[in-house]
Amino acid sequence: MHNFNYHRAADVADASGKLTSLDDPKVLAGGMTLLPTLKNRLAAPSDLIDLAGIADLKGISVEGNEVVVRAMTPHAVVAASAEVQKALPALAQLAGNIGDPAVRHRGTIGGSVANSDPAADYPAGCVGLDATIVTNKRKIAADDFFLGLFETALEAGEVITSVRFKIPERACYMKFRHPASGYAVVGVMVAKYGAKARVAVTGAGPCVFRVAEMEAALEKSFAPASVADIKVSPEQLMGDIHCSAEYRAHLITVYARRAVEAMV
Amino acid sequence: MGEFGIGQPVRRKEDVRLLTGGGEFTDDINLEAQVYAAFVRSPHANAKIVAIDALAARSMDGVIAVYTGQDLVDAGVGVLINDASYTNRNGKPMNKPVRQVMPVAQTRFVGEVLAMVIADTPAQARDAAEAVEIDYDVLPAIASTAHALDKGAPLVWPEFGENLIVHWEYGDKDDVEAKLAAAHTRVRVDLVNNRLIVSPMEPRCAAAEYDAAADSLTVYTPSQGGRRLQMMLARNLLKMAPEKVRIISRDTGGGFGIRSKMYPETVMVAFAARKLARPVKWRGDRSETFVSDYHGRDQINVAEMGLDANGRASVLKVETLLNVGAYLSENGVRLPMEGGGRIIPCMYDIPDFYFSVKPMFTNTICTDTYRGAGRPEANYIMERLMDAGARALGLSREEIRRRNFITESQMPYKTHLGFTLDSGDFDGTMQMALDAADWNGFEARRAESASRGKLRGIGLATFIEGAGSRPVEGMRMRFEENGDVTLFAGTYSHGQGHDTVYAQLVNEFLGVDFDKVNLIDGDTATSPETSNGTFGSRSSMVGGMGVKRASEAIVAKGRKIAAHLLQTDAERVVFENGIFRAQSSSVTLAEVAAASRDASKMPEGMALGLDETVVFENDVENFPNGAHVCELEIDPETGILEILNYIAVDDCGVVLNPFIVHGQVYGGVMQGVGQALTENVVYDASGQLLSASYMDYGMPRAAHMPMIEALFNIVPAKTNELGVKGAGEAGACGAPPAILSAVGDALSHIGVSHIDMPLTPERVWRAIQEASVKAA
Repeated sequence: MHNFNYHRAADVADASGKLTSLDDPKVLAGGMTLLPTLKNRLAAPSDLIDLAGIADLKGISVEGNEVVVRAMTPHAVVAASAEVQKALPALAQLAGNIGDPAVRHRGTIGGSVANSDPAADYPAGCVGLDATIVTNKRKIAADDFFLGLFETALEAGEVITSVRFKIPERACYMKFRHPASGYAVVGVMVAKYGAKARVAVTGAGPCVFRVAEMEAALEKSFAPASVADIKVSPEQLMGDIHCSAEYRAHLITVYARRAVEAMV
Repeated sequence: MGEFGIGQPVRRKEDVRLLTGGGEFTDDINLEAQVYAAFVRSPHANAKIVAIDALAARSMDGVIAVYTGQDLVDAGVGVLINDASYTNRNGKPMNKPVRQVMPVAQTRFVGEVLAMVIADTPAQARDAAEAVEIDYDVLPAIASTAHALDKGAPLVWPEFGENLIVHWEYGDKDDVEAKLAAAHTRVRVDLVNNRLIVSPMEPRCAAAEYDAAADSLTVYTPSQGGRRLQMMLARNLLKMAPEKVRIISRDTGGGFGIRSKMYPETVMVAFAARKLARPVKWRGDRSETFVSDYHGRDQINVAEMGLDANGRASVLKVETLLNVGAYLSENGVRLPMEGGGRIIPCMYDIPDFYFSVKPMFTNTICTDTYRGAGRPEANYIMERLMDAGARALGLSREEIRRRNFITESQMPYKTHLGFTLDSGDFDGTMQMALDAADWNGFEARRAESASRGKLRGIGLATFIEGAGSRPVEGMRMRFEENGDVTLFAGTYSHGQGHDTVYAQLVNEFLGVDFDKVNLIDGDTATSPETSNGTFGSRSSMVGGMGVKRASEAIVAKGRKIAAHLLQTDAERVVFENGIFRAQSSSVTLAEVAAASRDASKMPEGMALGLDETVVFENDVENFPNGAHVCELEIDPETGILEILNYIAVDDCGVVLNPFIVHGQVYGGVMQGVGQALTENVVYDASGQLLSASYMDYGMPRAAHMPMIEALFNIVPAKTNELGVKGAGEAGACGAPPAILSAVGDALSHIGVSHIDMPLTPERVWRAIQEASVKAA
C-alpha cells in the first residue's frame, strides 16, 4: 500500500468539496474493491475521503412506489430489512447474495454502484428495477448512469446519496457465480411493471445491459417460453479462463428463463 | 486402552492455543532492530539479464542494501542443489542445470527473484524494490507441458539442446506393445493431471539473525522440519558449520509438501542478516506465493491396458510427461518414479508393464511434492483405465476391480518398481464403501434425478498409497522434575496434531497423564540429531515408533531402578499403567524418575536419569489404501455439478486417533475435490501466470465440500509394530478419480466418453453440448 491522506468526511458537502479541491482523491464507501486495489499497490490516490461517518447516508425507507436505499447502507442491512423483504424481495435477495458475509457487512450500495464493476450485482438491480441514482447534484436514471467498464455518469465532486428502486409487480434476480472469484458471471434481474418488463444483465459484458428482445417478448407474453430461445450474441460479452463469452451468452438465456419461471 | 490411549478420539490439545490466537507463526516473530526485505521479481518467463541498475533504489529513504545474484557469487554463496540421478537407457545422464539462488545472466520464469532490497520499513523496501531497474533481452518462452518437447520449442536451457531432462523407462516397450496388440480388449486414456497452486494458509516468511561474535545464524521460517534446511543452508549455501545454523519453526500454517523445501528468499534473508549483522525479516504476500511457491502435479499421461475376455488386465503401458519447471526442484523430477512408482500399477496385479517418464523443463515455477506426491497421479491413471476397461467389456466398475485386485494371499507382494505390499483387504474395503453408499440402489436415485431434469452419477475409486518415506527418525524423551514428560521430536507438527497423538502414545505405553506430556519440535537446536521432518504421511510410523522404542527403553531401565527400590530382581518387576509392581509392593514411574536423579537410590553402575534418545529405523514404508464412492448431480443446462454423497473408507492400519484421521481424510478429500472441480494453473503462451490470484484460481469453497462419511477398514500394517499406515494423503488420492468416475457415469449415458479435470461448469456443459451435437 502506498501512503495516502485519510479524511473522514463530516457531511456530503464536505466530501464533495474535498473531492474537487484535493490532488487525486478517491471516495471510500466501504472499500471492498478500493482497499484490495490499494493493498496490491495497483492504485495510489493522494487522499481517501471516507463517507462512513455521515449518518445521513445510511438507512432504508419505502416512499410511495419506491424503495429508497441511502448510499452508505451495507448489503447485509438491505438483505435483512423487513421493509425491503416486503416491498421488493428480489432486492433483498440480491443484496443477501453479494460476496460473502464480510463483504456484505462492509460493502455499501453507493460504493458498488459508483464503481460499476462489470461483475457486481447491484448494477443489474438498478437497471432491472428502473432505479434512479440520486447524487448531491442531480438525479440520474440507472439506464443513463452505467456507461462502461468501471465508468459511470458521475462527474467530479459528485457523490451518490441514495438509490431509489421502483417497486415492480414482481421481480427475480438469479446469478451464476464465477468458479474462482464468486462474482457474477451472469446475473439477470427480470422485473415486471404492469405491461412493461425489464431484463438487466450484469457480469457477462463490460457493463450492465438490458436485453431488449427479451423484454419485448415478455411484454407480449410473460412466460418462461418467451425468453427460452432468445440468444444474446457472445460478441459483445467478456470471456476469461473459466467462462467463455459463448458460455456466458448461453447462461443469460438459461438464467433469464429461470428467473421468469420463478416469477410465474 | 484408557480414555487417552491408542485409538481414542481425543480432542486435539493444540487447538485451543491455535484457535485463540496463541499460535506463533513466523510473522509473529519480531527481532530487535530488525530490518525488512523486499524482492524484485522477474516479469518475464525467459529473458537475458542485460543490466541491473540499483542506483536509484540505493539512494531512497531508509534503504540499507540492495543485493543481486552477482553479490552472492562474489560472496561465495553456493547453489540450490538437486541430488536426483537418473539416466537414459542409452546411458546418457539426466540434464542437470546449476540453479543459482538469484540468477546472474538469465531469468527463466515469471516471479523469479532477481534482486533483494533491505530497508528500515517494509514499505520502504517495497518502494525501493520497484525502483530497481533491470534491462532485459526478452526471449521466447515455453510453458506448455504438451508442447515443451516439440521440435522447435524455445529451450529453457539451450546448452542441453532439449527441454527433456531425461527419458526414464521401466519394462520392455516392444514386448508390452506386442501384448497390447494381442490383447482381447485394449483400452486407452489420455489424461491431464492439472497443475495446482498449493495455497497454504500462511504465506512464505523468513526472519534471520546473526550473532557475529559466535558466527552463528538463526533462521525462523515455516517448514516441515528444519534439519534438512539447516544442512542445506549451512553446507551448500552459506558454507557454515551446521551447528552454527539453527532453524526454528514455531507454528506453520500448512505444509502440503511445498513447505519442506529451501527457497531462494529464505537463503537471501539469511545471507543479508549475516552480511549486515542485523536481523532481517521478510513476509511474502499472497501474490508472491502464487508465483514463487512451488506448484503441484502437472502431468500428461497416456496409458493403455490390455485385458482378456474375463476382464483380467495383463498388460499396461503408461507414458507420462512431467512439467518440472525452469529448474530441478528438490523432488519434482522424482515424483512419477519415486512417488507414484512406489505403488503403480496400484492395487492391481498386472504382470506386464512398461512405464515411460519424460520430465521436462519449462519457463514456469518448479513443481514439487504436493499432498500425495505422485501417488494421486498414479492412482488417477489406474482408476480411469479401470473405468474404461469396465465400459469396454460391459463389466461393472466394481467387478473389474475385484477381478484385478492383488489379494491378501499374494502378499507380501512385490511391485514392479521393487516395493513390497505387506497388507490390505482391497476387496473388503471396496465392498464397505459400496454398501455404505447404497451402490446397488443407485438406479432409483438416478431416475429420481432424471425426473427433475438432472443427470446423476455415482463413482468409485480405489487407491493405494506409499507412506512413511525415509523411515529413519529420532525421538528424545525427558522426565521433568514436576512429573511432566517432554518429547523432543524430529518430526514437526504443522497441523497434524502430534501434540495430541504422541501424548496418547506416551499415555498408552507409560501411563503418564495425557496432560502431562509436552511436545517440543520445530527447532534444530532441540530436535534429535537424526530428524527428517514431517512429510509423506510418515510421522505416525516413524514418530510413533520413536515414542514406542523410547518407552520400551525407559521401562527396561525403570524396572531395574524399581527392583532396586523394591529390593527385588528386575525380572520380577512388572510394569503396567505407570506402575512398577513386584508382588504386593509397587513404585510409580514418577517415583522411579525421581529416584533416577538421586545416585543414592540408583542401582550400582547405572547412569543417572531415565531420559532416552532413540533412533527408529525401518526398511520399508507402509501402504495405506482405500475406496471412495462419490455421488453427484449435474445440471445439464449449466454444467454445474453438486456432490450429494461421499463415502471414504480408509485402511490406514491401526488408527491412533480416529478424530484426527477423519480430519486428515476430510482435508485430503477437499484438496482432491479442488483438483477435480475448480483448481487449475493457467500460463499463457508467453509464460505469464494467468491464474495468479484467487479471483482467477478456483480455490474450493466450503460450499463445494460434501458431507463425508469416513469409515475405516482396519488392516494393521505388518511393517511396523504399531500397525499404523499413513493417513495424510489418502483423501487427495481417492477424491479425483471418484469424482471423475461419477461424472463419467452421469455423462456416459448421454454419450460423453472423455472429460478432464478440472470439471468447471463450462467444461461439463461443453462436453454435454458436444455429445448432443454428435447424437443429433
